[in-house]
Amino acid sequence: MQKYVSQIHRCFRCGYCKFPTDYSSFNCPSYRRFRFDSYSTGGRLWLIYAWLKGEIEWSEHFAEILYACTTCKNCTEQCPMKFAPDIVDWIVGARSDMVEKGKIPPRVARFFEAVYSYGNPFKQLRSDRAAWANGTKKYKAGDEYLLYVGCLGSYDENGQKMARSLVDILNASGVSFGILGEEEECCGNEIYMLGETGLFQNLVEKNNQKFKELGVSKVITLCPHSYNIMKNVYPVSGGNFEVYHYTQILNDFVKNNKIKPSQLKAKVTYHDPCFLGRYNNIYDEPRQILQSIPGIDLVEMARNRKDAFCCGGGSGNFVTDLLAGSADSPARIRVREAYDTGADTLAVTCPSCLTMLTDAVKAENLDGRLAVKDISQILRELLSVG
Amino acid sequence: MAITSTLYDSLVKIVGKDFVSDRKEERYFYARDGGLMPPHEPDFVVMPETTEEVQEIVKLANKEKMPLVPKGSGLALTGLVIPQRGGIVLDMKRMDRILEVNEKARYVVVEAGVTHGVLKSYLQKHHPRLRHSIPDAPPIATIVANAVIHGQGRLSQQHGFNSDMVSGLEVILPTGELCRIGSCSVSSYWFSKGAPLPDLSGLFLGWFGTTGIITKLGLKLYPCKKMRDVMVFLTDKSELIPDIMLKLSHTEMIEDVVVSAQPLPLRFRGTFWVTPYITGDSDEEMEFKRKMVWDSIWEHFENRDVGFLSLSPDMKAPLMSMPSKDTCRFADVSKGGGFQYAGPITPIEKFPAFIKKLEEVAAKYNVFYSSATRLIGAGHCMMFSFSFSFSRANADEMVRAKEALDECSKFALEEGGVLWKADIYEQKLLMDRMDPNTLALMKKIKQLLDPNGIMNPGNWEVK
Repeated sequence: MQKYVSQIHRCFRCGYCKFPTDYSSFNCPSYRRFRFDSYSTGGRLWLIYAWLKGEIEWSEHFAEILYACTTCKNCTEQCPMKFAPDIVDWIVGARSDMVEKGKIPPRVARFFEAVYSYGNPFKQLRSDRAAWANGTKKYKAGDEYLLYVGCLGSYDENGQKMARSLVDILNASGVSFGILGEEEECCGNEIYMLGETGLFQNLVEKNNQKFKELGVSKVITLCPHSYNIMKNVYPVSGGNFEVYHYTQILNDFVKNNKIKPSQLKAKVTYHDPCFLGRYNNIYDEPRQILQSIPGIDLVEMARNRKDAFCCGGGSGNFVTDLLAGSADSPARIRVREAYDTGADTLAVTCPSCLTMLTDAVKAENLDGRLAVKDISQILRELLSVG
Repeated sequence: MAITSTLYDSLVKIVGKDFVSDRKEERYFYARDGGLMPPHEPDFVVMPETTEEVQEIVKLANKEKMPLVPKGSGLALTGLVIPQRGGIVLDMKRMDRILEVNEKARYVVVEAGVTHGVLKSYLQKHHPRLRHSIPDAPPIATIVANAVIHGQGRLSQQHGFNSDMVSGLEVILPTGELCRIGSCSVSSYWFSKGAPLPDLSGLFLGWFGTTGIITKLGLKLYPCKKMRDVMVFLTDKSELIPDIMLKLSHTEMIEDVVVSAQPLPLRFRGTFWVTPYITGDSDEEMEFKRKMVWDSIWEHFENRDVGFLSLSPDMKAPLMSMPSKDTCRFADVSKGGGFQYAGPITPIEKFPAFIKKLEEVAAKYNVFYSSATRLIGAGHCMMFSFSFSFSRANADEMVRAKEALDECSKFALEEGGVLWKADIYEQKLLMDRMDPNTLALMKKIKQLLDPNGIMNPGNWEVK
């Protein structure tokens, strides 16, 4: 991560990072929101380099520019340079330096404090972590899967609905699984992206240790953020388990007729979460689940798959909300784009996207015209489950 | 300080607080471009959304005698939007609406912040039979800024400079008046920037924003054929390049032709890549044009002076892409995020002398070079790029690259070329050589239009 110091000057500020593949609009969420070039990836990298050289001093505005990046990876997809795969690491590296110096935006500081003190960014009690679960059984040795629901699944109203839907579907499928309940720790994906490496390492070690003690060999995550960090970073710190996003599991269920959804007359468009799509190349499974539902008309937004426009919630912004407060906030732009397809339902596969886009529907006065639902919820409603 | 504070409040009143910044971070970024010119910070960065807002800002700046620099994406790389005397940088990219496409008269009207990338995408989606001349600048380059610097693009071989394709302007004069230029000044149509009227577009195109701010621009569109292809011919004889380019253009069959030269990878060294492009609506048309291209330079094949490179799909894809991402990748050759090029406009007969000079200068200053030459018009001239990459982390290399560029620019002038998108020092070189009466005319025009000298001061400044 620290190699950014010797590499970051390589950005030419050509601006490809602002676009999707077809150049039809601006696809960098923070640039689209604020429009000053300083909020683009190129702007950010040039400012970080200036900071390293001592040409600018730290300021809260600078920190907000840095933390307004949702680490959606659109820039990585579009940058024509060889260093493109490293861009997010460079930004995370600079954030990490800011954290070490204690110079971060107050909202980010509060995010960290909440996770330090409560184990989640919402300042909710650990004892309430399983309040959503309605008696869902805890993981025990011999269960095939550990269902890891994460902080949003545990505490956020929309995330809890997702978690409950997924539990019902898993129960209906007959697989053996359990949850960690109050013993579950934050996955640390946002902590990692926000640059708090010490806290992140602590969380990884706790989770890896817990999984090891319980003999967990397969994890299903509710959230793409958890999936990403467990899949790509936990193994570096000793994590030794298979990890699946729930859409991979449900797609198998559908294909193998373990679950059979009933008919749904709906026009649906699907929003690719960054941490499922661009980070982990999972584009087909959610679509295949939707296409397996009789009666669904699946339509694509203009920006989809690797060109999907981020909801603005990544890198902790579902809490810090540094991109909020405008009709140009990414989530509001995204729901307008979804509505323009003629869809009545905007399907997601991420609790962060679900919350961001649900709020945006209200802000855009699209209530009653565009429903935001997670695929787990859509599927749950179409299954005969007791 | 009090005046600055009042100005800030006035600017906020015009565009809203979200779109005015006097903060260090924006001032830092807008103080520089990706090239080698020294930075200079603005006092404010402002992002207007409408012509009316631009007009209000111009009136305010003129009243306060505050420098005003309109900016697209700053990709000229010669510091043309670096605010040499501070003041206000107007980032025009919020004015991003495509206002009209007239399919039958083949033109589009865009606001000043519309980018080449967005227009390309829009035409492909909504008007697939039409296209515009896409430069090899990144897609964030704006249509207006590219026209203002007399940019070139994929259709320049057929239709001249991209500024020749302008079909009308809406301009805010430095004193605040809104003025329409061309057919749109007497009609609702934007089909001509001048003829049959006096062509006043020359008061703004090529002036780098020193005579007014273009808020809308009409641009000619051209037929977009269903098929497009590229061929690559190789030669190691630079003296043949002018003849090859002339013969190719004589066919009147090619869309574009570019000649590339670079020393690395080694397979490129000492070899010139001549890449003519053809377009067509049918296999028959493409085959006919392909044959015409081959026939036009057949004698060079027979003499074994020219060879043909068979392209794999992977090799062809970057050549076919518009814009070409390879242009930017040159900035990372030194793993350093920088390149700049001098791009004199010059007769094509100068190619051998220019390529020789490029190689000499690169060796002298120990900098990595590349060159891409584009034919403009039917052989009327070419843009020859002396391109040097540098690392922004290597101050010494930056100095050497700048010295190499300066030497190439002086050479090009001595050889009868005219410097393209000249930086402020090169502008001085040009004006030193300029006919005195021409210079006096420029001065009169500037004084007439911009009596307080607020527009992009430092550029085209006639003493």
